[in-house]
Amino acid sequence: MSILGEIIVSILLLAAGFFGLVGSYGLIKLDQPMTRLHAPTKATTLGVGSVLIASMLYFLFFAEGITFHELMISLFLFVTAPVVAHFIAKAQLHRNWKPGDLPAPGGRAKSWSVYDQADEPAADDTARDPAKPGE
Amino acid sequence: MMTIALYLAFLCYGAALLMNIWVVARAEGVGDRVLALDTMVINAIALMILYGILHTTPVYFEVAMLFAMVGFISTVAYCRFMLRGNIIE
Repeated sequence: MSILGEIIVSILLLAAGFFGLVGSYGLIKLDQPMTRLHAPTKATTLGVGSVLIASMLYFLFFAEGITFHELMISLFLFVTAPVVAHFIAKAQLHRNWKPGDLPAPGGRAKSWSVYDQADEPAADDTARDPAKPGE
Repeated sequence: MMTIALYLAFLCYGAALLMNIWVVARAEGVGDRVLALDTMVINAIALMILYGILHTTPVYFEVAMLFAMVGFISTVAYCRFMLRGNIIE
């Protein structure tokens, strides 16, 4: 039981180190800003998830018992990583891309919401206006 | 065996942090810097939990949780500042 736990924890730790290294190397290696967004948000999240699973199994096998703090941390990271990636992508669209460079969005929207001005109402508001049913 | 794997993981995450510092210093745009700082937060969380495994103490989980929250909020606030010019409208 003890040697099995040691093997599982070791494999998870090695996988975690590999994914962390790949995610951070991809940040240097990839050549465009939008593709550079891809490496850290996937590989590093996977790496830190492996570290957390290894920590859970280590405390299960070699210490007082299983702990659930790691599940909270990994749940938080897995929820927030896509939000962070989406925000950084929006910021890069806002700073580096012109509206003509992008394909038009589907639906009723005039343009991508990143390019909306703050004082002008968004296209969705007129679409959901109850004064104009059937629009 | 597990100790060797643990120190290898420390080595990998230390090298990853050095690469992130390189990107923070040498990136051409501010978007890349924010992305590299967010990756640094995630790598630092992994290092904290590895340190907790090395010393067999559960103290570092609370630290890692707080660090994850602060990193998320700071990244979102900085992106919001880049998008709109202020954070709370």
